[in-house]
Amino acid sequence: MEMTKSLGKTKLRWFWIWVIASLVFRLILIYLPKNLNLSSRPEVSTPLTSLRRLAEGYWLKQLSMSPYAGSMYHGSPLLLTLLGPLTVTRFEGQPDHLLCSVVLVIADMINAILIRAAGQRLQMAYSCSLKSMGLHQVSKNSEILPSGDIAALVYLWNPFTIVACVGLSTSAIENLMVILSLYGACTGLAPLAAFGWVMATHMSLYPAILIIPVILLLGCGPDAPPGKLFPQRKYDKVGNSSSSDSSCPEEVKNLLGVQSVFSWKPVLVFLFWILLWSSYVLVLSGICVRQYGGLLELFKRTYGFILTVQDLSPNIGVLWYFFAEVFDFFRSFFLIVFHGNILLMIVPLALRLNHRPCFLAFVYIVIASMMKSYPSVGDSALYLGLLGLFAYEITDMHFSFFLFCGYVGVSLLSPVMHNLWIWRGTGNANFYFATAIAYACFQIVLVIESVSAMLNHDRMLAKESSAKLQDVKS
Amino acid sequence: MDVPPKSSFILFLLFWFPIISSLIAVRSDFGEEEFSEDLLLKPLPDRKVLAHFHFQSRAPLSDSFGRHHHLFPKAISQLVQKFNVKAMELSFTQGRWNYERWGGFDPISSSNAKPPGVELWAVFNVPPSQVDTYWKNLTHSLSGLFCASINFLESSTFYSAPEIAFPPASGNLRYGTLPREAVCTENLTPWLKLLPCRDKAGLSSLMNRPSIYRSFYHSQRLRLTLSNSAADELNSGIVLEQTLTVLLQPQIVGAGMNYGSEKKLQPSWSLSSIFGRKVNGRCVLATSSSVFLQIDGDLFTQLENLQKNTAIYAADDIGAEELTSNHGFELSIKPDRVHKEVEKGSSILYEYEIKEYTDTEQFDLSLTWKHPVVWSSPLPPLHASRFLMGSGNERGAMAISLKQTEPTGGFVCANCVEERCELQVNVLQIVPWYIKVYYHTLQLFVNEQRQAVTDFVEKMRVSPSEDKVSPGLMELVLKFPCDLKSAVLSVEFDKGFLHIDEYPPDANQGFDIPSAIISFPNFHAGLQFPDNSSLSKSPMFSKLQEKSHVLSYTEVLLVPLTTPDFSMPYNVITITCTVFALYFGSLLNVLRRRVEEEKKRLIDEANKKGLLRRVLTKLTAKFRRRSSEDPQPPSASSSSIMSPRLILKVLIVAGIAVVWQYYSR
Repeated sequence: MEMTKSLGKTKLRWFWIWVIASLVFRLILIYLPKNLNLSSRPEVSTPLTSLRRLAEGYWLKQLSMSPYAGSMYHGSPLLLTLLGPLTVTRFEGQPDHLLCSVVLVIADMINAILIRAAGQRLQMAYSCSLKSMGLHQVSKNSEILPSGDIAALVYLWNPFTIVACVGLSTSAIENLMVILSLYGACTGLAPLAAFGWVMATHMSLYPAILIIPVILLLGCGPDAPPGKLFPQRKYDKVGNSSSSDSSCPEEVKNLLGVQSVFSWKPVLVFLFWILLWSSYVLVLSGICVRQYGGLLELFKRTYGFILTVQDLSPNIGVLWYFFAEVFDFFRSFFLIVFHGNILLMIVPLALRLNHRPCFLAFVYIVIASMMKSYPSVGDSALYLGLLGLFAYEITDMHFSFFLFCGYVGVSLLSPVMHNLWIWRGTGNANFYFATAIAYACFQIVLVIESVSAMLNHDRMLAKESSAKLQDVKS
Repeated sequence: MDVPPKSSFILFLLFWFPIISSLIAVRSDFGEEEFSEDLLLKPLPDRKVLAHFHFQSRAPLSDSFGRHHHLFPKAISQLVQKFNVKAMELSFTQGRWNYERWGGFDPISSSNAKPPGVELWAVFNVPPSQVDTYWKNLTHSLSGLFCASINFLESSTFYSAPEIAFPPASGNLRYGTLPREAVCTENLTPWLKLLPCRDKAGLSSLMNRPSIYRSFYHSQRLRLTLSNSAADELNSGIVLEQTLTVLLQPQIVGAGMNYGSEKKLQPSWSLSSIFGRKVNGRCVLATSSSVFLQIDGDLFTQLENLQKNTAIYAADDIGAEELTSNHGFELSIKPDRVHKEVEKGSSILYEYEIKEYTDTEQFDLSLTWKHPVVWSSPLPPLHASRFLMGSGNERGAMAISLKQTEPTGGFVCANCVEERCELQVNVLQIVPWYIKVYYHTLQLFVNEQRQAVTDFVEKMRVSPSEDKVSPGLMELVLKFPCDLKSAVLSVEFDKGFLHIDEYPPDANQGFDIPSAIISFPNFHAGLQFPDNSSLSKSPMFSKLQEKSHVLSYTEVLLVPLTTPDFSMPYNVITITCTVFALYFGSLLNVLRRRVEEEKKRLIDEANKKGLLRRVLTKLTAKFRRRSSEDPQPPSASSSSIMSPRLILKVLIVAGIAVVWQYYSR
């Protein structure tokens, strides 16, 4: 016991050292001249996340014009009121957007801490439920990997996250809201989950689909093996002593207690808070845009801009080139098809993965960041960080090395192709689009393989549990 | 038609006299339509000659004559009536006015130097909500009238509504330019059609197409003003000004002499040598027809110095009479009148009235230089130029630089306010929407030092561009101290990416940003002649005296934009759709796969005996893989039943399709 405690302490120390190192690394990058020009990279700053556009919107607002006049700013009016004043404060001899950078670094750090806390909670609940099924060996194996720490460090040290943070992309704040919502749902804090969800939806619309995993998390508790394995547990419990449950803390047990039946109470509380928060956000943003055409104009400029893909400047997604090339009379059809593609997979995934709401949220986030109109590396940073939470469950994932190489290759090739096309004029748009297509393919492989690995893991659990059952029976 | 127009007019007056005198007794002065033609010639320092034709038609407000016109073009008056145009100016220009060499501080350059292509502005006399509709209709009418693609200005991405920085600014103004419009003789012909004599008689007969289109710069302009103010009855009515400004290079006759020396003799020229034609006579319908020759102030001073140096005329006062026989050059015809500007060192106008000439004696004014002279044209207060910065097709910056033209520094204080000399500069810049300007990056460098923009900007109006809807408009009123050496305004932008249909056929040539307009409201370009010399009734003479703002246009910028691949939209569509289909199909496949059951089925199938069955199952396996969502365990018996059932299903579907096809027809 002493041994494990001291081991845990050293582990904890190492974790914090790495966190602080990543912060220092970010600050060093921020102090490099002109932020390495990262803020103008198409991979980092999309029309929705670019801080430069936000500064333009703030400038227009200062001139008592609508921040949405002109097609520059398309973000939330609340973010504008918070970050806008920071874009104009400058210090002598310091980088231009120092305060914004500091805000983004802090957001990144909070993200990592929340991911870690959520990961620890998930892991604890998971090992408890495994133990309650009597799969002690599996549970022990799962405890070896501190998945929360892994996920937090993967998030912090992911080059995508670093680039997005140093490149002054507001996606760190959007990610913060998504993670806040997931964390709130994992720990059963319905108001926090509702706040995160409402803010994330307000800022970038796509996290709206996360309402299903969040409800499942609140209703059924965190990730657990498939529900149909649990009836066996009762039988198992009769034969086995209840010693396995001793290591589980009381609150986790409470959370686990609800997993067999869907409990409506926290969900109703969550829905109530959603109503409260969203009316609050609507009123606040209504006040912000009162003189400039009201909420209708706001929705047209933010959600309308996201849904109709008006800006055709290149990014790492595929939609910009598709809509630059597609014939005008097919435009609305394909808009419906592509956005429908996100919605279409929601139900099948929710049916199949309803016992693992956190993983379901991860899959939704990957799909949304693959199909969204203006993807940036900040979105990839989020799902790659969350992937670390399931480090144990998807250890058997196929093509993981191939995927890793693919991500590295695309992130090296894509700037090269962009440079050839835009700056040198020797390349062609198709070259850059090819890297975007490859990136989309890798993301698709990642989704499919992770889902399949998770399902295989469930199969393995079922097999183990039935073997155990047979042992007990015989 | 043999009746001379004057007598017909008198007849007409006689006939209508009681009615006219009773109805419009007050405005009897303006009760007639007028037409006048003028030509201004001016030698320029860089061995070129400026020829500026000026035709002016006036018509009283339509109610006096009904819908009939004698001289005034009916098309234009209909335009005014139908679209409620209060003022309008349309110009077709080819070439760029060189403000440094050809002057920027005289009436000709500030009101006739126009940006390349087509420029149109119009002020409407309608409620502000309807202005756009009227503008759109007007562009279409003008497009038909002048055989030009002015109708492109209909689209809201091409025009804007400046309010503070454009001189005739008022609420109902719309302004648009087409920098890439090619201007040629098909635009000149309809323009000439508006003149009562066309180009058959009078000064317009000089317009020989080859010589005009060989010129370095030509700008054909049409300006319409409607004044119906009750206070100014005399000037009420429609005034149509048509001007053509041409810069011609005279043929050098004696090319050999003084070639190597620094001071070359200016090329001598005559009307016939620069136009290839002579004036046969006036247009009989014109009330006045005169030719002016303008000598710049600086040139006159130089000539005076020359005279002093050669000491032919000692210390005599140079009266108006002596001016005609100048020492530096010689005119072939003695001018009818000479006007000299009141201020010292100012320009001189020689006026010739065109009479009827016979075939043998035609009006062919010629100017022969006798001594080499070097002079400079009056320069604008600040020389404005605009340029692009940055490389690559992603972003860039645009800068407008204003430079002191006189090296000595210090302006003639035109509008001094309590000893503090201020120089006001108005800047109007319109950028198309695909140049996405970040207005918050506006920087101002005064005397090469960065200054806060708010210190110098008196007024600012920005209406940012909206994608595919409206262009970006920036209007600035800047106030600089008079000892300004240079000022640079810069603003950054991102280059937009367009849909493939939005690119013009020559997409790689780049896109034009229309000229910015720099105006100096404190400075007035206008010649000031003493009152007694205003004997001349020529409208151009009064036009030259008119006080107008000094105005200059900057260069048109060519911005290359990135192009997508135009050749393979199908490839992009199919590949993208394939990727999405791949995602959808394989994810669904992963979700619905049941490993144990599949294994069991495989074992079952392996146990099956019989060749026929194996073939059948192989055939049906393909169908089943797609359709077997049903969890029933596949056994030997079921698989043999499956195939006829499946065939039945296919038949039913085919039947439905046939029936549907039949009935939908």
